[in-house]
Amino acid sequence: MDLKPLWLLAELTYKCPLQCPYCSNPLDFAGARFKRELSTEQWCRVFREAKALGVLQLGLSGGEPTLRPDLEELVRTAHGLGLYTSLITSAYRLTKERLAALKEAGLDHVQISVQGADAELSDEIAGTASYRDKIAAYHYTRELGFPLTVNAVLHRRNLHQVEGLIRLAESLGAERIELANTQFYGWALHNRDALMPTKAQLDAAWQVVLRERARLGTRLEIVWVLPDYHGQFPKPCMGGWGRAYMTVTPAGEVWPCHAAGRITTLTFENVRDRPLGWIWEHSDAFTRFRGDAWMPEPCRSCPRKAQDFGGCRCQAFLVAGDAGATDPVCSLSPHRHLIDEAIARVEAAEERPAELTYRAAPASRALAAKG
Amino acid sequence: MSSTGAVTVPRLHPKARLQHDDVRGRDVLLYPEGLVALNATGVAILELCDGTRSLAEIVATLERLYATGGLERDVATFLEGLAAKGLVTYGP
Ligand code: SF4
Ligand code: SF4
Repeated sequence: MDLKPLWLLAELTYKCPLQCPYCSNPLDFAGARFKRELSTEQWCRVFREAKALGVLQLGLSGGEPTLRPDLEELVRTAHGLGLYTSLITSAYRLTKERLAALKEAGLDHVQISVQGADAELSDEIAGTASYRDKIAAYHYTRELGFPLTVNAVLHRRNLHQVEGLIRLAESLGAERIELANTQFYGWALHNRDALMPTKAQLDAAWQVVLRERARLGTRLEIVWVLPDYHGQFPKPCMGGWGRAYMTVTPAGEVWPCHAAGRITTLTFENVRDRPLGWIWEHSDAFTRFRGDAWMPEPCRSCPRKAQDFGGCRCQAFLVAGDAGATDPVCSLSPHRHLIDEAIARVEAAEERPAELTYRAAPASRALAAKG
Repeated sequence: MSSTGAVTVPRLHPKARLQHDDVRGRDVLLYPEGLVALNATGVAILELCDGTRSLAEIVATLERLYATGGLERDVATFLEGLAAKGLVTYGP
């Protein structure tokens, strides 16, 4: 097989001290499916197998990956394999000593989230007072010479702060800021009515991005992750299903994207039972939507299919109820009206957005019990 | 920014790392959230971008190595491409 993965997202744990209501983790993250975390040795084996398959980029994520006491050891192994290793963290209680130890172990890049441009909003959205720790950790990463990405997930409640977020990243001397408009999976989908921005908010934020890009040039890379609900065509999700990307969950399940676990019509394999190479090449989860033979109309005869791969399978499952359907955000999809209705609801409720459910274990268990 | 002139010193940005990709039999430049595939000449150029050599010295070294002349334009274009991605910086 000529397709080889380039990226591995290792979700080391779903424990997290923060409670972001847009979290992409599964709603049932606190349930039995994700409880039994992989051991240090098992993760190191996953990294070795991933490298042998062709992976070059490794993201260490979660939940909060710094909660794993063996993080340094995992980084050392990944570095020894030649993987470019990024830590994706909330930076809660992250000390300079820990970061220095990770640097010494060979960590290449640090990405720290922030939930708003000031302490008040950031802490409110995170559900945990964490802004102070984040600012301190930003400075530590600079002092230690790490390349730094500031990551902010954007939604109705913080889109007005885009300029403040960019200025914050600039003042920290960050290399990149990722302004990621909320993608509606996991907790974000559950909170969709409360998080989805209005069209006017998005337009205003985009103007700020254009202006700031012109001002900053190559000094700060501003990545704008498109709000796909408001677009005409879907995003080329994961660069195509099973083409370049894999996620391993805390308990060892392997998914073609970090939201795929919600698709109940796929069978997922576990690294405890199978080699990663077999899973990549042969598992139902990876082969089902690889290539374009599975595509229905309108994708099948659409000239864009080599560009966007028919969009996102998870979104098709979550919104249209069929993982094999055209991504419902596509203007050619027979399900597009479901997206338009969600947008119209938000525009109509402009004055009084819905309540947020924070991502936390009790809420997770309550939602799982409801089914 | 102009990259010509003897005093321009191109440097590989510390966020970028050269790595051999044995599975695909090639060399790559890895950086946060991305990579660039390199050919042998690209690797040779970047290995010389260690912050001690000027662009002119790099060109001269390569011309000696490949026993050829007139490489300045190609080398400068290659480095400009990486500079546009923030992977190479120029200094005195
Ligand atoms: S999105 Fe927020 S709650 Fe979810 S893992 Fe990241 S920091 Fe934790
Ligand atoms: S019809 Fe399918 S391939 Fe064409 S633009 Fe829409 S999602 Fe993409």
